[in-house]
Amino acid sequence: MKYLPNIIFLVALAVGIGYFTLNIRKLIRNIKLGREIEELGDKKERWGNVVRIALGQSKMVVRPVAGIMHIIVYVGFVIINLEVLEIIIDGLFGTHRVFASLGPVYDLLIASFEILALLVIVAVVVFWIRRNVQRLRRFMNPEMKGWPKNDANYILYFEVVLMTLFLTMNATDHQLQHLGSAHYTQAGMFPVSSYLLPVFSDMSEQSLILVERTAWWLHIIGILIFLNYLYFSKHLHIILAFPNVFFGKVVPKGKFKNLESVTKEVKLMMDPNADPFAAPAEGTEVPAKFGASDVMDLSRIQLLNAYTCTECGRCTSECPANQTGKKLSPRKIMMDTRDRLEEIGKNINKNGEFKDDGKQLLDDYITREELWACTTCNACVEACPVSIDPLSIIMDMRQYLVMEKSAAPNELNISMTNIENNGAPWPYNQMDRLNWKNEL
Amino acid sequence: MSESIKVPTMAEYMAQGKQPEVLFWVGCAGSFDDRAKKISKAFVKLLHNAKVDFAVLGTEESCTGDPAKRAGNEFLFQMQAMMNIQVLNGYEIKKIVTACPHCFNTLKNEYPELGGNYEVMHHTQFLKSLLNEGRLKVAGGKFKGKRITFHDPCYLGRANNEYEAPRELLEKLEVELVEMKRCKSRGLCCGAGGAQMFKEPEKGDKDINIERTEEAIETQPEVIAAGCPFCNTMLTDGVKAKEKETEVAVMDIAEMIANAEDL
Repeated sequence: MKYLPNIIFLVALAVGIGYFTLNIRKLIRNIKLGREIEELGDKKERWGNVVRIALGQSKMVVRPVAGIMHIIVYVGFVIINLEVLEIIIDGLFGTHRVFASLGPVYDLLIASFEILALLVIVAVVVFWIRRNVQRLRRFMNPEMKGWPKNDANYILYFEVVLMTLFLTMNATDHQLQHLGSAHYTQAGMFPVSSYLLPVFSDMSEQSLILVERTAWWLHIIGILIFLNYLYFSKHLHIILAFPNVFFGKVVPKGKFKNLESVTKEVKLMMDPNADPFAAPAEGTEVPAKFGASDVMDLSRIQLLNAYTCTECGRCTSECPANQTGKKLSPRKIMMDTRDRLEEIGKNINKNGEFKDDGKQLLDDYITREELWACTTCNACVEACPVSIDPLSIIMDMRQYLVMEKSAAPNELNISMTNIENNGAPWPYNQMDRLNWKNEL
Repeated sequence: MSESIKVPTMAEYMAQGKQPEVLFWVGCAGSFDDRAKKISKAFVKLLHNAKVDFAVLGTEESCTGDPAKRAGNEFLFQMQAMMNIQVLNGYEIKKIVTACPHCFNTLKNEYPELGGNYEVMHHTQFLKSLLNEGRLKVAGGKFKGKRITFHDPCYLGRANNEYEAPRELLEKLEVELVEMKRCKSRGLCCGAGGAQMFKEPEKGDKDINIERTEEAIETQPEVIAAGCPFCNTMLTDGVKAKEKETEVAVMDIAEMIANAEDL
């Protein structure tokens, strides 16, 4: 029975990491439902973006208050994970504070973890106030009702609990070190949890060990639960932000992709030698569907975008249509894409393959009114701190509406007919194009 | 101006066996829209004054396809693009300048893959280069010390990262440039992009051009400077809706420079 805790720990770790891996594999499978990525272009620039935008959080600080708070939580998360490494080794091998042999370096590490833990608690409290007391406009949009709102708060509660457990564990450990309790090596520096000592000063050694062990176990189990919560939450961005930024657009934002399938047809039409009645050559593929009506028509990058979105709403708060009361919200475009993709994923889990459910992204999730309200101004793309491109999805869906369904708003049909007939969106004669020079 | 300004076409140049320094891509708005035609005229005056050897396509020019593409009609866009590219390549065009950021963006970014490779400049970039080469003189004149705010066109700013050229020109006009709260990369759209110019807006609390005009008016400018014929229309309409047309003018930067010199 001596090894029971080690075995329980191993099992907890295996279950925690195993279930997480299972879900990540589902996520990858779902993303692969999208169209293959064409060419990536300049890799150097992409890695540069990962360093600057993802690691360096350069776009977060465009809004300084949220940006700085976020950097605290981010740095706290990354650094405190060093502690998790120690906890895992201790848990598996029954050691206690195995890195203590690092001496003064260890003291410094623990001290910095504690300070960060406190700062994280402060930042998280500020975040909670912004969402629940201040009620910033971007957290109050219609798409933020229900689960998205709760999800955001659960993440904040999780972090406070984890940090509190960490500090409690340290405080009791520290007190046990004072008492010279066996197994509790003299190690670490506790600039924050020292203030908790009075709470534990009257406790017996037995009770202290109980509290310390409980905090230690809850802390690591909490981390494993949190890890597994990610897949069900907007919080996936802590992992996906990095690949997503790598795959983000590196050409000018105004450059929209040209559809190759269309190029082929247009070239054929304009070729004076082409026989318009010729049967398609043997082996020519059926022309792909134009644009997107469901998530399978989107690219893998767009689907990765959807899983990466953490629903911060910076896109929506910069969107000219949303700011003037239109239904369009770029954040909702991303949330809808993810929800639909998850729905299809569940359908595949159940049926082994996708069975038509009579639904699609267009109309069942994203309405035409939203799509037609976009000015393609790129404000949402510019605002996203993790290089998500909601505009590209809007454009793909407009292409489907216009090229597959001929369902453009009537005024646009008139303009497009004008362009086709007389080379301008208005009904002027192309022969009059230079008349203005007579007014000089 | 007593001497008449000529606007030669590429066909005329070709007939003489000549090649201009630059092609002025006028665009649909610049060709047909009464307000935007004034911008074309002002820009041509500046080109003439700087002794730039330029030509236009005239009746051979056609819509770049930008509004069709942003409306989702990729087919019509590529048809337009291919036809224009045939004309442009036929004349062996190397360099294009345009006063419309939408034409600028499409020609610069979306034509190369379809076989149209040109050096494309927005007119503010081109005027800046003329200024640097000493061919164009921009002095304060009428606008010296006046409060001016500049509205960034989305397809020049965010879409192509050009925020400085128009501002440098305004600086040369010695104006007092007052930025709106939402400017440069966070500038608010005028509401015309993405083919919105050609349709009624969706239901909402307010029109986007009104929102933007209100923000511009808050800076108490004498002129709202623009760099796009569509922004110009949207903001002009906004100023009218706010009944401020006697106090606030909406002008393209090219018009301001031409105006400052009494061209």
